[in-house]
Order: sequence, then structure tokens, then C-alpha cells
Amino acid sequence: MDTTKSLWLPEKASTFANNIDWAFYLYYWISVAFFVVIVFLIALFVIRYKRRRPDQLASAQITHNTVMETVWTAIPLLIVMFLFVIGMKGYWNMRVAPANAMQVDVIGRKWSWSFEYPQEGISNDTLVVPIHQPVRLRMTSMDVIHSFSIPAFRTKADVIPGRYNTLWFEATETGTFQVFCTQYCGTNHSYMWTAVKVMNPDDYQAWVAVASDPSRGKTPAQFGAILYTKKGCAACHSVDGTPGIGPTWKGIWGSSTALEGGRSVTVDSVYVVKSMMDPAADVVKGFQPIMPPFQGVLSDKEVNGLAAYIQSLK
Amino acid sequence: MIAHVHPENINYLKAKPGLINWFVTVDHKRISMMFLISTLFFFILGGVYAMLFRLQLWSPGSHGFISADTYNHFFTMHGVIMVFLVVVPGIPSALGNFVLPLQLGAKDLALPKINLTSLYLYWIGGILAFVSLIAGHADSGWTFYAPYSISKNPAVLWMLTAAFFLGFSSILTGLNFIVTIHKMRAPGMTWFRMPLFIWALYATAIMQIFATPVLAITLLLLLIENFFHIGIFDPAMGGDPVLMQHFFWFYSHPAVYIIVVPAFGICSELIATFSKKEIFGYKFVAFSSIGITLIGFLVWGHHMFVSGQSEIANTIFSFLTFFTAIPSAIKVFNWTATLYRGSIDLRTPMLYGLQILFNFTIGGLTGIILSILSVDIHLHDTYFVVSHFHYVAMGTTMIAFVGGVHYWWPKMTGKMYNEVWGRTAAILVFFGFQITFFAQLIMGSQGSPRRYYHYLPEFQIYHRISTVGVFFLAAGLFMALINLLASLRKSAPDAPQNPWGARTLEWEVAPTPPLVFNFEETPIVTHGPYEYATEKA
Repeated sequence: MDTTKSLWLPEKASTFANNIDWAFYLYYWISVAFFVVIVFLIALFVIRYKRRRPDQLASAQITHNTVMETVWTAIPLLIVMFLFVIGMKGYWNMRVAPANAMQVDVIGRKWSWSFEYPQEGISNDTLVVPIHQPVRLRMTSMDVIHSFSIPAFRTKADVIPGRYNTLWFEATETGTFQVFCTQYCGTNHSYMWTAVKVMNPDDYQAWVAVASDPSRGKTPAQFGAILYTKKGCAACHSVDGTPGIGPTWKGIWGSSTALEGGRSVTVDSVYVVKSMMDPAADVVKGFQPIMPPFQGVLSDKEVNGLAAYIQSLK
Repeated sequence: MIAHVHPENINYLKAKPGLINWFVTVDHKRISMMFLISTLFFFILGGVYAMLFRLQLWSPGSHGFISADTYNHFFTMHGVIMVFLVVVPGIPSALGNFVLPLQLGAKDLALPKINLTSLYLYWIGGILAFVSLIAGHADSGWTFYAPYSISKNPAVLWMLTAAFFLGFSSILTGLNFIVTIHKMRAPGMTWFRMPLFIWALYATAIMQIFATPVLAITLLLLLIENFFHIGIFDPAMGGDPVLMQHFFWFYSHPAVYIIVVPAFGICSELIATFSKKEIFGYKFVAFSSIGITLIGFLVWGHHMFVSGQSEIANTIFSFLTFFTAIPSAIKVFNWTATLYRGSIDLRTPMLYGLQILFNFTIGGLTGIILSILSVDIHLHDTYFVVSHFHYVAMGTTMIAFVGGVHYWWPKMTGKMYNEVWGRTAAILVFFGFQITFFAQLIMGSQGSPRRYYHYLPEFQIYHRISTVGVFFLAAGLFMALINLLASLRKSAPDAPQNPWGARTLEWEVAPTPPLVFNFEETPIVTHGPYEYATEKA
């Protein structure tokens, strides 16, 4: 399959892409044809019938032509009905996942994505999938409406709090493919990106083995460092002192920190754990109470790892 | 039939002088001029926001110009101002108010005090938009989707309130137009002797009356949700955010036809006058506006194709949306056919008229592809959609607005503007517009999302082209504005009664500028609006 980009469309990497691109180009050429004819006629008439004397009149007052009007109503009608059927069929195919689809849960929250593989016990910040395998995504949001878009696969769906939306795909190329959030969701909407990594089946199995236990062979702090990106903390907290949407983690452990509302607190494991479970309770002074809670999202082991990692950042 | 001689029936610009008399007038022409100045002001303000964020988009992400939050606020302001303060009220309130009674042979609208009320409501809405600016940075987008808009941000709440008032301004204008068209046509003005601009305003008025109340309710519910947390849209309380989208788009789809149908009316006037021809298929063009109105109420769900609404709903909305293509296509074909064997005059208003035809062809074609369900999944929420709606809302409606202002300027002011500057500006506007918005089609189908502060490097070339284009577009519009204002100098030439040789009542019968009561006596209509003679070629 040709995966090079054309002028109008991105690379093709799913079973949907051929069908959609064919429909796109079919319509494109129909449009070009209509456009060229109309613009040509306008230009032709404007030049040919240009007024040469200020009081010059039209040379005919033609107000009807039943044949032409019937033709130019019937033909567009037939064309649009044809387009409707193409679109409907392509769409219904995109909505019904094959029975052998593997399921991945997608959670969107301002401003990161996380992917849960319930069977394998994996939680990841990129969507890793095997090639030539239907994958069904069950998606929900923790806060506002987001939208999950994979241009190379030609698919997207809104990700809505309080409900599940699904989409499915089957990747046809290995590689890494861009994912955008495409429903405006606030400050970092245009940074809420991730990727689909499509692997050969052997590479995928190897990845599953490692990913299902990311703490294997790691100290708690090393495990925490991995979770820092996987769980989306990096979207708002730096580890090198750079200011961000949330406080930097560098050097905070053990320090006395002022809170919104006048109190202050010493940053220890109690405070750090509370910040993850109930972040709106004790917000650091100068920051907005917008961190989503991770109660029920992080296991005890993960909480422990993150706390150890923060402690290690002098 | 009826001849009234009133001593106060003088040039409407010279009657009852003084600012106070303008602010409390019930003369539809003065109200129209005040709407015109107000809409132009907000058009410039909305345009400045656009130019600022297009400057930001010269390079991706944070590069020392504005922050992501500021960018999000700017595109929100651009959208809210342009939709609610410019393109929805624009042609009906700022041009229709002036022209409709004159084209019907009436001495004013049926409900002059309601007309003034509609202006006051517009001003209240405008003032509330400024209050929103003082209260903070509204950043919800003009679409106010829940639950993002259910926030403690007071600026969003003031903006919801502003839109609420602006909606009632729109409803009252629509009501006034419908009553006037039914009850105040001059003797001999049958329905099928009405100019097509009137048919367009009539269709628009139906939508204004039936759709806008749903917007009012939606905005009210959002405010109630914000203050009282009743749990209708907020999922944290068991509410349904997609329900909000249904309510919102039930108005906002007809709204886009409220936005574009009056432009179709202006296009008909310009093509007919500057070809000295009957509009080909007059009745079909008239009925197509009504047809678009009726179908327009049934297709709102196409804005929600990826929201997770049922596949059946998506299929039905796609099916119905395709039917809006047919009346639109008929208009384009009929306007083109009108040019055939006409006497084509390329003065400034016609240059805008031809641009409407060109831009709407692209706007309509890019709309139809969005109805194709499978393809829309890919194009939804990308720059492709942004370009499509700018081709219609800006390239069709605002171009028609500017063209209409140039067409009726002599009638409204009694002055003629400079033709060379007028044409130069029109050409600059045309090319500036294409450069700005065509690049966005390509960027969108490549997958670039909308409302994006930061973007991939591969999209930068399109962003840069678009940014350059917007400065040409702005320069053209600015040139047009200066040219119009310059015509108000004492030394600028006075306009003859009918500089374009049109056959509609506002040109053939009404003085330039019109009298307070428009005509010296009620006209009697003996011919159609586009009845021109012919001569051998």
C-alpha cells in the first residue's frame, strides 16, 4: 500500500484509509469539474457580454429553460444521493468492530491520554497495538469533552465525561502515528497529543511482557520516574524547576510550602499522597485548583513509586 | 391612490437634527444607519482579534507573542463577536432595515418602535460583551460546550448573557420584517413582484423567529446550570453534555442560514442590476430560500457526527443535509445563467457580487463533502471545517454585506464614492480572502485540528500563507472603508437618484437620499423588480 502523503491527505495506515481516500478524491474531482465549469462560464459571460455603452441593454431576457433546469436539478440530486450511500456504507463499516477486536480503554483528561489494557494489566501513555489486528477503543473523559483523532487512520470520536464512546481500527503499517485532541478543552488543548505505535506481533508481545509490570527490576523511585510520564504528571509538573501549570517537583520534598488560603504545609509523604488523591484540598499558593484526582486511578504501589521519585528530586 | 404631503417629509438625514433625535428615532433608515455603524465597529474589533491570533500562528506554540490562554480567549472573542454581533444581525439589521420598506413601497416597517427596541437590545448585548472583557477572559469558544463552559469564569457568564439579549434583537427584527412583507406592500406589489432580497429576508425572518428562542433557552439553561447546579448538562451531577449540543445546534444550524440567506438576496440584486437582466428562474430562486429554511431546521445533528450520537441519527442527518445542496446549487446556476447575454457592468458593487458567486461555489462544495459521513469523520474538527464556514460566513455573507453597502451607499448617504479606489479594494479583498482561506482547506484535510495554539512543523507553511493573506484582506477592507468615508466629504460628488439604472422601487421611485416617509406618495407598482428591455446584440 502506498503510504506517501498526497497534497490533501496524510499517510494511510489503516484499513479505512483506502475507502475514505477514494471517496474524498471522487468528490474532489466532481467538485473541481463543477467549479471549473461555473467559473469558466462566469468569466466567459462577463467578458463576452461586457457593457460597451453606458446605456447598453441586455440582448435577451431569458428567464427559463425547462430542459436545462430539470437537468441541473436532477443531476446534482443523483450525485448527492450517490455520495450519501457511499458515506453511509463507509461509516457503518467504521462503527461495527469485528468480533475478534482487542479492547483498550482510553481515558482523556486535561491534558493527557492514558491507555488501559485490562487483560494485560497495563497502563500506558501511548497506544501500542499489533499490526493487522482490529482494536476497539472504549473511551471516556475525567473532566471535559475531548476528542481522539488519528489522522493516519482517518478516524476520530469525541471523548465525553459520564459516558463511553467507542471507535475501532485495524492498522496496516508499522510505525508511530500522531494522535491529536480535536475538541477544545482549555489551555493545553493543542498540546494534548499522543501516538499510536503499531508493532509486529512479536515486538508487541515483547512490549506487553515488559509493560505489564513496569516496576520489575526498578527501585520505587525509578518506577516513579516512569510513571511521571506514563500517568501524565509531566503535562503540568516539571522536574527541573521550570514553572508550569502545576508546581515543579524539584526540591519540594521536605520544604515548607505556602498554600492557598493562608496555611502552610511541610511536603512529606502524607501531603504528596493527599495531593494525588484529593488535589483540590491543599492547593499550593499561586496555582489553580485544576488538577484532576487520581483516587482509584493509581495503585498503592504506583503512589509509593511517585512519592519516592519526588523525594529523590533535590 | 394615497397622496400625503407632510411638511416634515424631507431628506431623512436633514430632518430632526441632533444626536438625541437619532437615538430615539423610529425612522427605519436612521435605525439602519446606527446598526450599520455598530456592526462595522464590531466587524473591525472581531477582525483585530483574528489578526492577532493569526500573528501568533506564524510559528507554533509559545514563542514570546501571546500565551495559550490568551490565544484561546482571542479565538473565543473573534467567534462570539463575529457570529452574534456581526454576521447574524449584519445584513438584516444594517441593510435590510433600510432597504426593505423602500423596496416594498412602504413608508416604514410595520412596527417602528419594535425596530428601535431591537437596536437597543443589540447595544445592550454589545455593552455586555465589553463587560465580559472587563470581568475576565472568556475562553469557552463561541459554542460554549458543556461541561467546559460550566465554570466559575465570570467572563463566560457575561458572554452568555450578551448573546441572550442579542438573540431577542434578532427575533424582533424577524417579526417586524414578516409583518411588513405581509401587510405593507404597495398597491401592485404582488408576492412575485417583490425583489429577491425581500424573499431572502422573509425566509431569514422565519428562521429568526422559530430558531432563536431555542438559543435563548439554551443560554438560560447554561446560566442556571452555572449558578444553581441543577445537573442538566454537567455529567458530574448526572447531566448530559451532548444534550447541550442538541439544544445549541438546533438554533445554530438555522443560524448559519440566517447568516447566509440574506447574502443570497443581495447577490440576486447585484447580478440583476449590473446585468440589466431578469434573474433566471426568479420563482425557483425565491422558493429555494424558503426550501433552505425548512430543511435547515432538520439537519443540526451534522455538527455532532463524532459526538457519539447514534448511527441511525447520524445517517438521517447526513441524508437530510445533502438536500440543502440542491436549492443552493440552483441559486448558483441561476445566477450564472442570468449573466448570459446580459449587459455586464463591472462597477464596484458587481465586483463584490461576482465574488459572492465564486466564494459561495467553494463554500457550498466544501460543505457537501462534510455530509459524506465516512469522510466527515476524518475532516470533523479540522481546519477544513474552519475554511468551509469562512467561505460562507465571510466570503459569502461579509462580501455581500460590503457589496450591499457599496450598492446602497448612494441611496443611504446621497454621495458617490471613488470608483477606482472601490474596485482596487474589491480586488485586494478577493485575493486576500483566497490566500487566507484556501490554504486552510489543505491543512485541514491533512489532519490539522482547529482551535490550536500549537501545531506540527509540517503545517507551518499553510499557517504562514494564511497569515500573509489576512493582511491583504484587511488592507482591502480598510481601503474600502476609507473610500466610503471619503465620499462623505462636502467636495465628494452627490449621487444621482438611480446611478445603477435599477428597476426596483428604492432606486426608480424613492429620492436619493430618501425622504423621512420614503416617498412623496405611495407608489403604484406596474412591473416586476427586474424588468429590463432588450436591444439587438
